[in-house]
Amino acid sequence: MSEKAQSQTERGEYKYGFHTDIEAISFGKGLNEEIIRKISARKNEPQWLLDYRLKAFAHWQTLEEPTWADLSYEPIHYQDISYYSEPKSQKEGPKSLDELDPELLKTFERLGIPLGEQKRISGVAVDAVFDSVSVGTTHTEELKKYGVIFCSISEAVHEHGELVKRYLGSVVPYKDNFFAALNAAVFSDGSFVYVPKGVHCPIDLSTYFRINAQDTGQFERTLVVADEGSFVNYLEGCTAPQRDENQLHAAIVELIALQDAEIKYSTVQNWYTGDKEGKGGIYNFVTKRGLCKGKRSKISWTQVESGSAITWKYPSCILQGDYSQGAFYSVALTHDFMQADTGTKMIHVGKNTKSTIISKGISSGQSKNNYRGLVKILPGAEGARNYSQCDSMLVGEQCAANTYPYLEVKNKSAVIEHEATTSRISADQLFYLQSRGMDMEESISLLVNGFCKEVFKELPLEFSVEAVKLIEMKLENSVG
Amino acid sequence: MLLNIKNLHASVDEKPVLKGLDLQVQPGEVHAIMGPNGSGKSTLSKVVAGHPDYEVTEGKLEYEINFKMKDLTELDPDERAKEGIFMAFQYPVEVPGVSNFEFLHASYNAMARHQGFPEMDDATFRNFLDGKMEQVKMRKEFLDRGVNSGFSGGEKKRNEILQMAVLSPRLAFLDETDSGLDIDALKVVADGVNSLRSEERAIVLVTHYQRLLDYIKPDFVHVLANGKIVKSGGPELALKLEEEGYDWIIKP
Repeated sequence: MSEKAQSQTERGEYKYGFHTDIEAISFGKGLNEEIIRKISARKNEPQWLLDYRLKAFAHWQTLEEPTWADLSYEPIHYQDISYYSEPKSQKEGPKSLDELDPELLKTFERLGIPLGEQKRISGVAVDAVFDSVSVGTTHTEELKKYGVIFCSISEAVHEHGELVKRYLGSVVPYKDNFFAALNAAVFSDGSFVYVPKGVHCPIDLSTYFRINAQDTGQFERTLVVADEGSFVNYLEGCTAPQRDENQLHAAIVELIALQDAEIKYSTVQNWYTGDKEGKGGIYNFVTKRGLCKGKRSKISWTQVESGSAITWKYPSCILQGDYSQGAFYSVALTHDFMQADTGTKMIHVGKNTKSTIISKGISSGQSKNNYRGLVKILPGAEGARNYSQCDSMLVGEQCAANTYPYLEVKNKSAVIEHEATTSRISADQLFYLQSRGMDMEESISLLVNGFCKEVFKELPLEFSVEAVKLIEMKLENSVG
Repeated sequence: MLLNIKNLHASVDEKPVLKGLDLQVQPGEVHAIMGPNGSGKSTLSKVVAGHPDYEVTEGKLEYEINFKMKDLTELDPDERAKEGIFMAFQYPVEVPGVSNFEFLHASYNAMARHQGFPEMDDATFRNFLDGKMEQVKMRKEFLDRGVNSGFSGGEKKRNEILQMAVLSPRLAFLDETDSGLDIDALKVVADGVNSLRSEERAIVLVTHYQRLLDYIKPDFVHVLANGKIVKSGGPELALKLEEEGYDWIIKP
């Protein structure tokens, strides 16, 4: 009994809400050309990248923040944010992981991401991003043997400048949208992956994002390039301390799959959601897009979105190569006062391209959970096919779920299927399951697993276990 | 004694529904509880199963666990189920997304863990189910459909009897299992229940109509009116009710 009570208290809290006391170098609040030059100089960037940032900034200044999403939040004061923060110990340039500041090692260990040589997770290479900088990447030597490049994007700019220059902004140009322009101007770090021709990346690659500093935005950028016939499984996780103020996170992820290449990108997003009254939490405005550039290439996005006060995120695929395939598998959970507007875009350009969308929204408390998706079939996309399924589950009476599916079909040969359902976890269902011998925990787990199984099965095993636990824990708080 | 109910008072939304009900059930017995609409029949089943909306305000509700009479109100619904209490719902709940197979399997294993017999893996459980499905004449494809979702009224009721067969309870309450069934479905359900009659198992049929009792012969018939048992007797009482209605008992 006491053990039960204990685990319930643990469930009640956001266990990643702690804050690491570490000396940081931060730029003052505010955004202007000088700040951008400072970020670029700090990273010792080549001229082309500074120019890129400045063009993006100039463009951003001409844009208005988008308001079409079904979200309401306090205005973001862009001059009241610090755009750069790095742990002081990082100053002397990249060190080996074993020389990393013990405070940082401890932080990531507490998050379940041990970086030290002895303890690191086998089978997964991790790039750890703390506020604005990558503090270390594991397994790089092992990957080198296969020719796989996995490093921070700052390092890649220096070591693999040509690759970065060729692909950066090629899928998400800085003119794409307000937050993409902002990111292009101020992005500080992130991960870079290149998998050479014909290489099946031997281990999973993963980036773990941690926001720590106060009043600081995180603007990272991830670029994954899979060369012809290669394969990579990429995982992404995120957490932040519990703070009363909202914090901005505006990231860009670009994926490029060349002929016959496949990229599987999975995210478990667990940023701080704000408290029970809706105070604090991360504003998560993210642009993620993959380009299936070559024939028969494949990109899949699998996401479990369980955190953030505001989520604005539409991982998309441009299916350019003939016979290329895109997929979007999503579970979005909102509780208390969270708001999520998330979905995908599938742009069919090539012939016989195929896309699959499976979206599962679970809303509880007073939260709002929207699916927004676009399936676009261009005139040349002969024989394109799409299957979409958007299901919503409501827990309680005060939450909301909406589905906004958009279709633009310019080719008559397209075959498009769309299914949508809305259901409610009711007290009656819980009683029914309990009266068959399952306790509250087992009952919720059965309901949630049943609802989300098509998405969970797309996640790598260890991620899937974590995701199931995360969703169950959050829902038990809402139902119980 | 398996179930001992004495002077039971229960309310829903603070409105008293059961007002001093007495009922004793021994293992092996089949009881029928009959009564007009609104007499408290469904409330009785729900109180025994532990529905959270129903509150016991007075009296005894005891059930035998390990040869001791135990206060049921201290047990959560799942704990009651694990101790062998089963309620066949009048309106079985739809649980889309969870397949009937997963549901039955999870339920069986939860019981097994509690009662200390081995859990079954997927394949073993499927085999075990085959026989049970035949008993209630359910086709295998029902296993892969969502629990009760899109089932017809008769299919839902048969699914309840299937669950009963799978879980082998010691005490089964069948809450208006006959309502909304055509004669063929009624026979199937009754055959299922009859095949589950045993020395160790008690069955309580809660029903509005006598016709179910043409197929399942009860040992005792009770009339429930205004929250109390007002008359008890043998099977002949049910026949008399069929002919003369409830008025002769209820009217003072």
